Amino acid sequence: MEFVLLIFLPILAAFFVPLLFKKIKGIHTGWFVLLVPIALFIYYLGFVTTTLDGGTAVSELRWIPSLGISFVSYIDGLSLLFTLLITGIGALVVLYSIFYLDKNREKLNNFYVYLLIFMSAMLGVVQSENLISLYLFWELTSISSFLLIGYWNTRDRSRFGALKSMMITVFGGFMMLGGFILLGIMGDTYSIRELIAGSSALVGQDFFTLALVLILLGAFTKSAQFPFHIWLPDAMEAPTPVSAYLHSATMVKAGLYLVARFTPIFAVSEVWVWLVTGIGLLTLFWGSLFAVKQTDLKAILAFSTVSQLGLIMSLLGASAVAYHTDDALFKFAAFAAIFHLINHAVFKGSLFMVAGIIDHETGTRDIRKLGGLMSIMPVSFTVAFIGSMSMAGLPPFGGFLSKEMFLQSMLALQHFELFNFATWGIVLPVVAWVASVFTFIYSFYFVFKTFTGKQKEKPLPHTPHEAPFGMLISPVILASLVVAIFFIPNVVGKWLVKPAVVAIQPDLYTQPSDVAVHVLAWHGIRSEELWMTIALIIVGFIMYLTMHKWQKLYDIQPEYVSLNALYDAVMTFSEKGMNGLSRFYMTGLIRTYLLYMFAFIISITTATLFIKKAFVVDMNSFAPVSVYGMMIAIILVIAVGMVIFAKTRLSAIIALGAVGYSVALFFVIFKAPDLALTQLVIETVSVALFLLAFKHLPALSNHGETKRTKLVNAIIAAGVGITVALVALSAHSQKLIPSISQYYKDTVATEAGGGNIVNVILVDYRGFDTLFEIAVLSIAGMGVLAMIKLRLSRKENTDENK
Amino acid sequence: MKTNDVILQTTTKVVFFIIFLFSIHIFFAGHFAPGGGFVGGLLTTGALLLLLLAFDLKTVQKALPFNFIIVIGIGLLLSLGTAAGSIFFNVPFFTHAFDHFTLPLFGETELHTAMIFDAGVYLVVVGSALTMIQTIGGDA
Repeated sequence: MEFVLLIFLPILAAFFVPLLFKKIKGIHTGWFVLLVPIALFIYYLGFVTTTLDGGTAVSELRWIPSLGISFVSYIDGLSLLFTLLITGIGALVVLYSIFYLDKNREKLNNFYVYLLIFMSAMLGVVQSENLISLYLFWELTSISSFLLIGYWNTRDRSRFGALKSMMITVFGGFMMLGGFILLGIMGDTYSIRELIAGSSALVGQDFFTLALVLILLGAFTKSAQFPFHIWLPDAMEAPTPVSAYLHSATMVKAGLYLVARFTPIFAVSEVWVWLVTGIGLLTLFWGSLFAVKQTDLKAILAFSTVSQLGLIMSLLGASAVAYHTDDALFKFAAFAAIFHLINHAVFKGSLFMVAGIIDHETGTRDIRKLGGLMSIMPVSFTVAFIGSMSMAGLPPFGGFLSKEMFLQSMLALQHFELFNFATWGIVLPVVAWVASVFTFIYSFYFVFKTFTGKQKEKPLPHTPHEAPFGMLISPVILASLVVAIFFIPNVVGKWLVKPAVVAIQPDLYTQPSDVAVHVLAWHGIRSEELWMTIALIIVGFIMYLTMHKWQKLYDIQPEYVSLNALYDAVMTFSEKGMNGLSRFYMTGLIRTYLLYMFAFIISITTATLFIKKAFVVDMNSFAPVSVYGMMIAIILVIAVGMVIFAKTRLSAIIALGAVGYSVALFFVIFKAPDLALTQLVIETVSVALFLLAFKHLPALSNHGETKRTKLVNAIIAAGVGITVALVALSAHSQKLIPSISQYYKDTVATEAGGGNIVNVILVDYRGFDTLFEIAVLSIAGMGVLAMIKLRLSRKENTDENK
Repeated sequence: MKTNDVILQTTTKVVFFIIFLFSIHIFFAGHFAPGGGFVGGLLTTGALLLLLLAFDLKTVQKALPFNFIIVIGIGLLLSLGTAAGSIFFNVPFFTHAFDHFTLPLFGETELHTAMIFDAGVYLVVVGSALTMIQTIGGDA
C-alpha cells in the first residue's frame, strides 16, 4: 500500500467534519474524529518491527517531477517515533477534547477541521523526505496552529497570541526555506537521504554555514528557543487540548525533529555544535528561571515547555560532538535527547490536561486563587503529582532517568577537546545544574500551590469538583506511561529510542542494536550525576520552602525591559516607521513624483553614459549649419523662453503656436514636406482647440511654489535637457549599422506601386502602426466626449471614493 | 452686442470649398506626392473649423447633419476591413494589391487598396477632430 497517502488522511477526514457536525446533532463530533488518529496509530505501530532492525520504508507520490519535488513518506526510527507521538497523543487529545469542549456551545466544526489539518501537516513534516514538501507541511503547521490559537477569535488575547506565533514561526519558516534552497543548490538534490549520503561534499562549500544558520533559525523559532520563545506563553490562549497537543507534544518538537534530521549533514561544523548546545542551554536556563515567576497555570507550563525543549536541544547539540571524537562518553547524548523527548511529550501532555481540568472545574487558572484541591480532586492531583515529579526529575518516574542522562552528557562535554570546549566546557554542567534546580522548584510550585494548603477564602468562580470520568481517561493513561517508562526504560529504548538514534547518527551505527546504551536507574554511589541530583533536590527543596521570600525579586525586572516589550516595540516601530516612510515620500503632489522620476532618469542615464564610456562626439558626422537653420533655431529658443516665462495663459498659448510653426519650418528646410504639412495643420487645429477651451481655464497660478522649489525645478529641468542633449549627441556620433532606408527607396515603385515613400510606409510597409494610431485618435475623441458629456461633478458632489 | 460678420461669412462660403477641394486633392495625391489621409483629414477639419468660427455650432450641425462618432466607426471599419481583406486571398494580413487600369475620363490610372485604407484614416481623423471640437465648443 502507498502509505504516503495516509499523510493526507486527516485532511480528507476534515472535509466530512462540518457535515457530521451539522447533520448529527446528538453525538459529539469528536467521536468521529477520534477514529482517524486511532486508525493511524495502529497502522504505524506495524512499522515498529521494521525499524527495530534498522530497516526503513519509503513510499513516493510524485508531485512536480521536473523540478525534483515529490511527496515522499520515509519511515525510519526517528520519523516513526514522531509519527507515533503525533497519532498517539493526538488520539488522547481528541478524546480529552470531547469532554472539554461543549458540543452545543463551541464551534466544533471549526475546531476539528483545524486539528485534522494540523495532524496531516505534522505527519507530513516528520515523514517528508523531500525538502520542499517538508517546507510545505512546515508552513501548514504554522497556519493551522495560527487558526487553533485564535480559535476563540472574539477574545483580544487570542488574536494577539495567534498573530504573534504566526509572525515568529513564519519568519523562521522563510529563513528555513532559504536554507533548504541553498542546500538544494549545493547538493543538487532536494532529497534528504541523498544530501546525507553526499554530506562530505557539502562541507566547506560557500553557502554551508549560511544554510546551517538559516535552517537553525527555522528550528529555533518553531521550537521556541531563546529569544524566539516569546510566542509560546501567549499561545496559551488556545483551548487546553490545543496547548496539550501542539504546544507541548508535537509542533514545538518539529524544530527538534529538524535539528535531529539534519545532524548527519551539519554536525561536522563547529558552528552547529556551539549554536545548538549553547542556545539550548540558554533556553533551558531562561525558561526555568521565568517559569517560577508566572502565576497562571498554563504560563508556568509554557515556560517549562520552553525550558525542556532547550534541554533536548542542548542534548542534540551534544550528540553532534560524537562526529568529532570516538570517545564513548559522547555517544550518550543522542539517546538521552530522544529518551527525554518521549518523556516530555508524555508528562507535559498530562500536565496540560490537568491544568485544563482545573480551569474547567474551578473557573480560574490563577495559582494565587487556587489551593487545597487535593481532597476534592484526588485523581487530578495524582496525575499532576506524577507529571510534576517526572518533570522535576525524581524517581520513580521517567523524568529521573532522562535527567540523569542529561547531567551525564553535560559533564562529559567538558572533556571534549575540540572547539575550545576544554576552556568553556565547565560552564555547561553548571548552567544545566542551576536550571535543573529551578525546574525542581517550579514543578513543586505547580503541583503543591494548586492542590495543597488551605482553600482560599475568596470563592472560586465555580464550585470545584472532580472532573468527569471521560476527561480523566487521557491524563491517567499518560501518567501511567510516565511511571511505566521508569520501570521499563530499556524496552522503550530498544523499540523506539535506538532506531531513532541510528537515524540521527547513521555514520556511527549500522543497526539499532549497536547503540551501546543501557539505561540504569542506579549508577552506583560514586557517580557524579547522582550527587548532583541529590544536591539539586536539597537546594531546590530549601528554595521552594523559602519561595515566598525571594519570588518578589522577579518584580525588579521592569515590564519594559523584556523580550515581549522588544517584540511589541519592533512591531509598533515597523508599522509606524513604514507608515511614516510612505507618508514622507508619497506626498500626493504630482510635482514630487515628477521630480523623483526625472531625477532618476538624469542620474541613471548620465551615470550609464559615462561609466560605460559611451559619450562620444564625432564632429565629422555633423552636417554644415545653414543660415536658415540658425535663424529658425533662434526663433524657436525665443518662443520656448516665452512659454516658460509667460505671465498669462494667452501669451503661453501663442508662444506655443510659434514653437509649432518654427518646428514646421525646420521640417521644410530638412526636406520633409509631409511632416511640414501635417505639423502646420495640426498646430493650427490644436491652437484653435486651446482657444476654444481657453475661457473655461482658471487663471494661471504658481501652485504655491516658492523660490526654492522653482530653483529645484530649474535644476532638474536643466539636468534633463543636458542629459537628452548628451545622449542625442553620442547616439548621432556612433552609428553601428547602416539605415534600412535604401530598401524603401528601391522598392517603393516596384513592390508598393507608389511614389511618396513617407505615405507608402504609413499605409503599406508599416500600416499596422497607422491602424493603431487611428485607433488611438478615435479613443481620444470618444474620451473627450465621455468626459464632457458624462461629468459626474454635475451631480451633487459625487466622490467615487466615498 | 450684436456683431455683423457679413464679410467673414461670405468669404467663408467661398474659401471653405477651396480648402475642402484642396484637402481632397491632397488626400488623393498622397501616394505619389506629399499628402495622404492624415493631412487630408486635418485640412478638411480645418475647413469645417472655419465654418464653425464664421457661423455658429447649431447652423453647422444643421448643414452637416453627421454624427461624427459614427464617422469614426466607419473609418475604423474601412481601415481594418482593408487590412483584413487580404486574408481571404490567402496572403498575410495587411497585404495590399494594386494594378493599372484605363478608366473613362481619367485615362491610365493606378488603383491601390492602400487608398481604401487611407480613406479610413481620413474619416477617423475628421470624425475624431470634429467630435472633440463640437463637444468642447458645445460645452458652454
